[in-house]
Amino acid sequence: MARATATKRSGAGKAKGRRKVRVMVGKPGLDGHDRGAKIIARALRDAGVEVIYTGLHQTPEMIVNAAVQEDVDAIGLSILSGAHNYLFPKVVELLKKRKMGRIVVFGGGIIPDDDIPGLRKKGVDRIFTPGTPLAEIVEYVHRRVRPRA
Amino acid sequence: MYARKKKEKKAMSPEKRKRFSTVSDEEVAALYTPADLEGHDFLKEIGFPGVYPYTRGIHPSMYRSRLWTMRQFSGFGSAENTNTRYHYLLSQGQTGLSVAFHFPTLMGYDSDNPRASGEVGMCGVAVDSLRDMEILFRGIPLDSITTSMTINAPSAILLAMYIAVAEQQGVSPRKIGGTIQNDILKEYIAQHSWIFPPEPSMRIITDILAYCSDHVPKWNTISISGYHIREAGSTAVQELAFTIADGIAYVQAGIEAGIPVDKFAPRLSFFFNAHMDFFEEIAKYRAARRMWAIIMRERFRAKDENSWKLRFHTQTAGVTLTAQQPINNVVRVALQGLMAVLGGTQSLHTNSMDESLALPTEQAVTIALRTQQILAEESGVGNSVDPLGGSFLLEKMTNEMETRAMRYIRKIDEMGGMVEAIKRGYPQREIIDASYHYQRLLERGEKRIVGVNCYPSDEEIPIPILKIDKEVERKQIARTREVRRKRNARRVASRIDALKDASLSRVNLMPVILEAVREYVTLGEICDAFRETMGTYTDPAMY
Repeated sequence: MARATATKRSGAGKAKGRRKVRVMVGKPGLDGHDRGAKIIARALRDAGVEVIYTGLHQTPEMIVNAAVQEDVDAIGLSILSGAHNYLFPKVVELLKKRKMGRIVVFGGGIIPDDDIPGLRKKGVDRIFTPGTPLAEIVEYVHRRVRPRA
Repeated sequence: MYARKKKEKKAMSPEKRKRFSTVSDEEVAALYTPADLEGHDFLKEIGFPGVYPYTRGIHPSMYRSRLWTMRQFSGFGSAENTNTRYHYLLSQGQTGLSVAFHFPTLMGYDSDNPRASGEVGMCGVAVDSLRDMEILFRGIPLDSITTSMTINAPSAILLAMYIAVAEQQGVSPRKIGGTIQNDILKEYIAQHSWIFPPEPSMRIITDILAYCSDHVPKWNTISISGYHIREAGSTAVQELAFTIADGIAYVQAGIEAGIPVDKFAPRLSFFFNAHMDFFEEIAKYRAARRMWAIIMRERFRAKDENSWKLRFHTQTAGVTLTAQQPINNVVRVALQGLMAVLGGTQSLHTNSMDESLALPTEQAVTIALRTQQILAEESGVGNSVDPLGGSFLLEKMTNEMETRAMRYIRKIDEMGGMVEAIKRGYPQREIIDASYHYQRLLERGEKRIVGVNCYPSDEEIPIPILKIDKEVERKQIARTREVRRKRNARRVASRIDALKDASLSRVNLMPVILEAVREYVTLGEICDAFRETMGTYTDPAMY
């Protein structure tokens, strides 16, 4: 059960002609609350998105490395420990360093409203707070994230 | 004879829905009658409180003799911040302490480890070394208060630190009382604060069982927890079944380690969730008591009555708190607290209304504590023991809960026990499926949450939010580095070597850990030593 690389992928590779949207669902930091991340991974998968789930306890470096390797179009991050103000921007910053700023970063979790403007300023495209309908997140991904040609 | 007459049935108004079900989506009938309990023996299965199989409670007079312990889980920022909160809570009538550690402590990292960046003091209190523990319990006499510590993978280390602080206060380990969660199996299943693989983790646990039964006899060595299983999205039956199955695994491990069952089983306790469905929850607690009593007596042949009694702590369900219209959460928590009391809990944590947004403010915590005090002092629910016992509905639900949970337990037994089931991902998969099923019901409006998918409000009443000072991280790192500078480097090195040697041999780890913490070897250093010898566990990343 224990694996060296903690990523799991769903969905087939290429849809007809155009590649499917590929989203990495990531759990940065030490918190173990993965109910939301797993539900969103399933909902995106059921909506035809190719999903790669990192598993828990990832450093920003691990997430960015995996995202680059898997050539994803977006990263959805989930944090419920309060460490979002450090870890979300860190992922964006590392992506920029790797010249992968095209990857859309969005997130969710227990995040006070007051923290959202700061996170957006630092390049997090969208924050979803508790109670957001899955349909809204799926719709956002369909609208905002385009697969690379 | 007990069914409704045809004429009465005809006169009934059409029902709003085709099917009524609990929050776990178990169908509930319109009416329960004695027919639902046919073939059941009242004296044998329900009986009297304080008497086997304890369906109605483990004490004959329950809250008439002693109220439940009001134990609010609390920890944030530095040891100083949290110590202040403890003194405040005790001054407000709280009767026990419960420590919330920050994630780096739960995962076995010191605050200056790069993996701790951004997390220090955020979700609990930062404890790296004995120094932090000394500050955390400053001015709190450990011979007269009991403390529960939510700590799992590094539980032996935190228990050792607590013993060391007690010794500094002149209190013998034989006198201290409290609980370490120390339930690693549910970490793999649900809460996910693991460090080592299952087998060495189970060895640490049996070492603790053996050590405490000899040296810390009043300590609750494992708090076998359904709480996190439920929070991760399980149904009530799954919470019950997986928790009892975990308990079976610990008892089995203790016996296999050569400890007589009646020597350690009386110090095992349980921890359940109080979710939103009133009768389903109360039935769960009652079924749990009966199941455990039967399992301990018949399966494990325990002779001591205290080995049969399931004592439990309850916490209201964090997942039911809404970020929308958060003041409504006060009402949810009051109902959940009531369920726990009607279910015969030994201690209770009531959540604060603002925990869907951040860690709770002092004001929110006070309301949560007052909620328990209102239940205890004003509502009258504690005047009579198991006041809902005998209700056709509740007894039927209790029976069904037990039957369904036993079905799961048999399945896990067939897999070779819980450790094997976890390795196959079985309970993990069941929980993911249940949580996704519930989410779909919610999205379709078949389950409703006020303020979320019905009765929304545009006018949100803002409530204050607790912010953790960024200085906490810097100061904590400075303190831990100072501790490392000031200690005896030679003795520290030899203690770390001793830890590695002990972990590779079969000696009990507890005395070796205790010697290490007394020399201010840090939590991260002890865990690193064990990581080297025991290996680590990685998330299988299922979804």
